[in-house]
Amino acid sequence: MAAPTLEVRNLRTHFFTRAGVVKAVDDVSFTVERGKVLGLVGESGSGKTVTGFSIIGLVDPPGRIVGGQILFQGRDLATATEAEMRGLRGNRIAMIFQDPMMTLNPVLRIDTQMIETVLAHKKVSHEEARQRARDTLGMVGIPSPDERLKSYPHQFSGGMRQRVAIAIALLHEPDLIVADEPTTALDVTIQGQILAEVQKLAQTTGTSLIWITHDLSVVAGLADDIAVMYAGRVVEHGAVSDVLDRPLHPYTAGLIGSVPSRNKRGEPLRQIPGMTPSLLSLPPGCAFRSRCPRAAEACLAEPEIRETLPGRQVRCFRPMTEAAEQAA
Amino acid sequence: MAVYLVRRLMQALLVVLAMSMIVFVGVYAIGDPVEILISPDADQLERERAIRALGLDLPLWQQYLVFLTNALQGDLGRSFVFNEPALKLILQRMPATLELAFGAMFLSILIGLPLGLYAGLRPNSPASKTIMAGSILGFSLPTFWVGLMLIMVFAVQLGWLPSTGRGETCSVLGFIGLQPCNAGLQWSWLTGDGLAHMVMPAVNLALFKISLVIRLTRAGVRETMLMDYVKFARAKGLSASRVTFVHVFKNILIPVVTVVGLELGSTIAFSVVTESVFAWPGMGKLIIDSINVLDRPVIVAYLMIIVLMFITINLVVDLTYSLLDPRVRLESKGT
Repeated sequence: MAAPTLEVRNLRTHFFTRAGVVKAVDDVSFTVERGKVLGLVGESGSGKTVTGFSIIGLVDPPGRIVGGQILFQGRDLATATEAEMRGLRGNRIAMIFQDPMMTLNPVLRIDTQMIETVLAHKKVSHEEARQRARDTLGMVGIPSPDERLKSYPHQFSGGMRQRVAIAIALLHEPDLIVADEPTTALDVTIQGQILAEVQKLAQTTGTSLIWITHDLSVVAGLADDIAVMYAGRVVEHGAVSDVLDRPLHPYTAGLIGSVPSRNKRGEPLRQIPGMTPSLLSLPPGCAFRSRCPRAAEACLAEPEIRETLPGRQVRCFRPMTEAAEQAA
Repeated sequence: MAVYLVRRLMQALLVVLAMSMIVFVGVYAIGDPVEILISPDADQLERERAIRALGLDLPLWQQYLVFLTNALQGDLGRSFVFNEPALKLILQRMPATLELAFGAMFLSILIGLPLGLYAGLRPNSPASKTIMAGSILGFSLPTFWVGLMLIMVFAVQLGWLPSTGRGETCSVLGFIGLQPCNAGLQWSWLTGDGLAHMVMPAVNLALFKISLVIRLTRAGVRETMLMDYVKFARAKGLSASRVTFVHVFKNILIPVVTVVGLELGSTIAFSVVTESVFAWPGMGKLIIDSINVLDRPVIVAYLMIIVLMFITINLVVDLTYSLLDPRVRLESKGT
């Protein structure tokens, strides 16, 4: 098998604030194979977005990567220079942001914003760059791309803007796209369309995807693998069907239980009690301990992530299934 | 666009009319020019003749109507003191004030924008902190004091720059050689000597504005740098200079243009202090002198011209918006 597109090993990204060190990403590892989709799932503040920015090299001060490796096609991005990163960004690794209303510059025309991206990485004429921009807009399903190129972002709807952002990400047929909740701000119908198109594109071009989201239903339909993050760490990692059908970590189980459609009508909605702990003052031991229905003495120690079954990892002393307990 | 312009012009007319009424009543309330203009030795007959000649014997509303009728024909009255058309007096001095104001504006943008940009991009560097501290000085030092200090250092002690007057002047057409230099409106910036005379007053006038532009630019940069579209631009692999000078810069220009535009208006209208300190023969000095002797027609004409200028500048600023920000549509209702 060919080398994976991306291999993140023990990544640590910390923010050095006045109040203390915020360990936004603390020992995160996962692998994304070529043409596969990894769903990176977690609540707000679990470190999934910072993980995405770490990969693309856009962690702003006071934050910085303090440890670990980000192997992209064998090259370690954690130690790459800014010039190297600039050459990769938008070219081999692209990113799509959460809020399509905010990602396009309001005072620049769409063609300006697309052509500059083409020209940043390819020595082609302005006309060729425009051609490429137009073709890509057509590819993401924007009607009459020639006219649309001359528009400004405010003349587009939210869904259309996200399509433009996706088109910008696809301009150089990247090997990896980091998508940070790109459909969260959109209508459900638009979300469905965009998911279907992204899936099709990933399959046809061999592009790998990291899909950051808090919405398990999106991941269920889209991802091949899933990594669940909690308080800056991956607590569970495995194939999407395995994780969603037989969650090992109580937090994953809680997340799945919180999806409203799984509740019976009239029943109160299920939720995970408590709040995400402040990353500034994480208690020792398992970070999920205080909210966990299965917490015990053992959880006062720090759990390591371990492989319970082939391709299946969990960071818990008391995982959910009998089989796992025996294996442990 | 045409509809928008017509609507704006109609509004401008109303403003001018309202303003003329307020100014007229206001100036009338200040005091009676007769006491100042007519020699105390004059007998009753002479007094009455003078009052009638100046049109001061009519009731206020009639005086206003006469003024309005004349104004519509381009005649804003004759100065009581100089016995010349007020408009001509003001227009003669306008180039002096205009070139000073534009010179100051030019300096404030030339110096303020780059410094503000730097301070916004590297907010924690020592240089940025120095710039910001300097801008506080620029805000708080009184203009007249800075003017006097400039004269003391550069004119008296170093003797590098002349301290008063406009120096040699020339008309635009004369400068190109189409007519003699001394015909038409006179400008200082067209001659070397005139420029040397302009430096200190322009710097003096610009100091406050430089500080203003620095702080505006810095605040704009700091705010814009946090926007998603800047991060997205970086995620596209653009160079840092492209992100700064295209993506950030175009967005911060909107507030800067607004304030610089309004400042330009107030600089032209109220550069009195600087003009006095440097004995710059501009409109500011004329209006102060006219107020002292209650030369009503000049005061009224001056204020009318200033109102027209503010209206024009506001219109230009609004038109510039539509160039800078595609979301602004001039066809839409209102201003």
